[in-house]
Amino acid sequence: MTHNPMWRRYARFFGADPVADVDDELRFHLETKTEELIAQGWRPRDAREEAERQFGDVRMIRRVGKTFGQRDEQRKRLKDYWIDSCQDLRYTFRILRRDSGFTAISILILALAIGANIAVFSVVNSLLLRPLPFPESNRLVWIAPPPSECGLSCATYSADAYDEFRALNRTFQDITGYFAFSNADNLRLTGHGDPVPVTGLYVISNFFQVLGVQPAMGRLFTADEGRKGSQSAVLLTDAFWRRQFAADPTIIGKAVNLSGQVGELVTVVGVLPASFDFGAVFAPGTKVDVFTALDLDHARDWGNIVTLIGRLKPGVTLAQALDDANRITPDIYFNVKFPETKGRYKGDFVPVPLKDHVTGALRRSLIILWSAVGVILLIAGVNLSNLLLARSAARAKEFAVRGALGASRGRVVRQLLMESLVLSSAGAVLGLAVAMILLRWLSHQGSLALPLLSTLRIDSHAAGWTVLIVLFTATIFGLLPGLRMSMVNHQEVLKDSGPGTGLGRRHERLRSLLVVSEIALAAVLLISAGLLLRSFLKVLDVDLGFKPDSAASIKLDYDDGAPTFEASTAKRGAILQQVLTHISALPGVEAAGVADYLPLGPNRQWDEPVPQGKSFEPGTLPAPLVYVVTPGFIRAMGIQLEGRDFTWADDLHSERVVLINESAARIYWPGESAVGRILMRDKEADRVIGVVSDVREENVEFGTGSQIYYPATQQDPAGAQLVIRTNLPPASLATSVLHVLRELNPKQPAAEFRPVRTIVDRAVSPRRFFMMLVGAFASLGVLLAALGIYGVISYSVTQKTQEIGVRMALGATAGRILRDIIFNTLRLATIGIVLGTIVSIASSHLIASLLFGTSPWDMATYAVMVLAIVAVALVSGYLPARRASRVDPLAALRIQ
Amino acid sequence: MDTKLEFLRGTLDVLILKALVWGPLHGYAITSLIRRHSDNALLLEEGTLYPALWRLQSKGLLAAEWGLSENNRKAKFYQLKAEGRRQLHHEIKMWEAYAAAVAKVLSATEPPLPEMAK
Repeated sequence: MTHNPMWRRYARFFGADPVADVDDELRFHLETKTEELIAQGWRPRDAREEAERQFGDVRMIRRVGKTFGQRDEQRKRLKDYWIDSCQDLRYTFRILRRDSGFTAISILILALAIGANIAVFSVVNSLLLRPLPFPESNRLVWIAPPPSECGLSCATYSADAYDEFRALNRTFQDITGYFAFSNADNLRLTGHGDPVPVTGLYVISNFFQVLGVQPAMGRLFTADEGRKGSQSAVLLTDAFWRRQFAADPTIIGKAVNLSGQVGELVTVVGVLPASFDFGAVFAPGTKVDVFTALDLDHARDWGNIVTLIGRLKPGVTLAQALDDANRITPDIYFNVKFPETKGRYKGDFVPVPLKDHVTGALRRSLIILWSAVGVILLIAGVNLSNLLLARSAARAKEFAVRGALGASRGRVVRQLLMESLVLSSAGAVLGLAVAMILLRWLSHQGSLALPLLSTLRIDSHAAGWTVLIVLFTATIFGLLPGLRMSMVNHQEVLKDSGPGTGLGRRHERLRSLLVVSEIALAAVLLISAGLLLRSFLKVLDVDLGFKPDSAASIKLDYDDGAPTFEASTAKRGAILQQVLTHISALPGVEAAGVADYLPLGPNRQWDEPVPQGKSFEPGTLPAPLVYVVTPGFIRAMGIQLEGRDFTWADDLHSERVVLINESAARIYWPGESAVGRILMRDKEADRVIGVVSDVREENVEFGTGSQIYYPATQQDPAGAQLVIRTNLPPASLATSVLHVLRELNPKQPAAEFRPVRTIVDRAVSPRRFFMMLVGAFASLGVLLAALGIYGVISYSVTQKTQEIGVRMALGATAGRILRDIIFNTLRLATIGIVLGTIVSIASSHLIASLLFGTSPWDMATYAVMVLAIVAVALVSGYLPARRASRVDPLAALRIQ
Repeated sequence: MDTKLEFLRGTLDVLILKALVWGPLHGYAITSLIRRHSDNALLLEEGTLYPALWRLQSKGLLAAEWGLSENNRKAKFYQLKAEGRRQLHHEIKMWEAYAAAVAKVLSATEPPLPEMAK
């Protein structure tokens, strides 16, 4: 027989012991049978034998009985556990309902902390963890030269280079690309009421095939459509098709009138799926409406125009692809017509995973953000731990009684864990709602220059993460008070007459520790937020080289079509002069001008001009960024000018003139005045008539290379952005400006009239976004820490009411009591702040790369943030302190 | 011919259920009852009764309780639960239908009519 543990005997008081039962039952049977046989006249010994014979194999049957018994027992134990848990749960609900204030506050704290965590996890998941929304996206690579100082022209390749690289490589399944120099609203759709601005993008004809995008309707481009002379075909994005064509299911094969750089009439060959969002992946914060196949033959002489995206053959590593690229680049021509351009791209084809290209720069920011919400969760957990601890001290009696009645320590811990689990589950449900609202808002921030925002959603991973968070928080804030309570000596508590007074002191140490850690965590958050805020202010303070306020821009449409370059230039000059004259005549307009590219947007380069009469090593002169502008633009944009601006007289019959920026002037004529000098571009001589300030071209945060401005009356611009400087609010001019433009050109689409400030805002939007999020989290953290301080001080004041009463009776003044309590608060705050500052300094390298013009040890920021925490601590300590100082000694002494 | 019949599989369960129709009984009483009602025709190796009882109990057809037997000993009494009663009715119906069908075939006196062409 197996040995039964002692407790099993007592268990028979309450329920059956299955093994003993089997024995009893069989014994009864055999004994009764034997008796009956004896009564029939058998001899006792024979009777017993006969009974056993008739019974059969007793041992086997007993074994069967034990198995049944054990199975029943197990089932019963499971049922008991379940019933106990249900009991705990019901009790938990009852307790939480009774203490509704505590419950509401805890759930709210948890909802905020968990909601922030789910939302940030979803962002991290969408941007970093989830693969790009293309099939087998891990084989997609972005091909670009190593990072350099010059603009977009250095990050792109010529049509010839593309063709040769595609033909010569052995590691890519296929390579594609798109035209990198498109402007927003570069086309206009006519024939459906007012002309509508449309953003079109040229892609190499195999673009969608390489990415693995299937059309929702119709077909993709064919290889023929990327060649000269083929009829124009256009693919619509889902959003554009719905918006502009009311989701017309018969749109395929219809001709639409899209004018601009595409031919007049184009045929819709397909509609892309809603899941494909070009802007979300390749150009955050922008949208594309239609795609057209890029005619590479037509673009042979345009220089570097395409960005490249490749799909690796299966099994090929990035290193192999790089080796392959380095093997063939020395044989690649910039332009096959010019043999000397062979090998110009040497080492310039570097593949990186497309995913890294899209989101790599954000990795650090996202990790910081993720850590910030993690800290928030910790603070919230510590805070609740504190609240529960305070409550459990008040409930010490209850637990002592339960313990005395036989509840095990495990049961008490389980009860407290159950409470924290219920609280954090409720918090998570509310938090999911918070996260959903946050994500819905975020995913519709189209102007936020962050990639993949439109793909934000709460998926199964986020749900799993939520469950993890719930379990984690429930454990950290439920276990500590639970363990603490289970270690309490019940007798002591029961002997005490007060509401758990014996516990107060011991708990206070632990609770002070928790508060200190809360303050430390909040300090870390606040300091990070402070550093980011200071960086952001520094960025806003950057001298952009132009004045974005009180200026606005609108995309201008005109037709300068003419048989020759000269005729077209003259026609354009006349049109632009007329437009600008009318616009300048509008009330409130101070200056107006036109440029083909605006700062902080796309840009382009031409050849390298050489200062006349100087010789430079080949390759040492930069290719400046090129802007083709009209008279008045420099003033309208608020760019500083030394020398003279272009005039309408600077046309093809007069001398060729240019403006250069200070950086270019320093390179061409160091230490001398550039005004009046000559720049040679091949055989063309351009006289420098003025030097302008450096304009931030790509990014507010990086310096500027050389820039050159040509007059639109002498060179061919790539588009036209009308810029107006006004002393009125820019928005108030929108209608009158559009009215003037429509009068002069009925085809002018209703393009957006946008303040130049918005261009800057968009450029700094990722930084603003992160700063605001981290700031919000830091505020939340500080708020939670303040709650924690308030809770602890307030609780200790309540506990010490009697002591305070005695002190006051003995002559302590109210001021003295107040000072002591505030001093106590400050002591906790100081320890927390010191710890937090140490952690901040130690981890400053993590945030350093996200700062701009700010040291990660920026003392001013540290000082301000530390003062802020001290202030918060003082306020949250002052309230209970004041209450303590108003204690009536007589009443306090009479309490017990 | 030997009239002591071996048990067909599955019949023991229904006999136990039937034995308990009149009220709670302990295991020994059940064996006696089956023996008496079958006029000693059904031979039961008494031990095999218990695994069947436990199985029915664990299925929830029977409830068990300790009580005092007629000879003043502690004995385990089994009682039909509602579920057991339902099961008994079902089994009886099945058994009767089965027995009637078998009996019909066995008691046939004429060869079957030839199948009609349809």
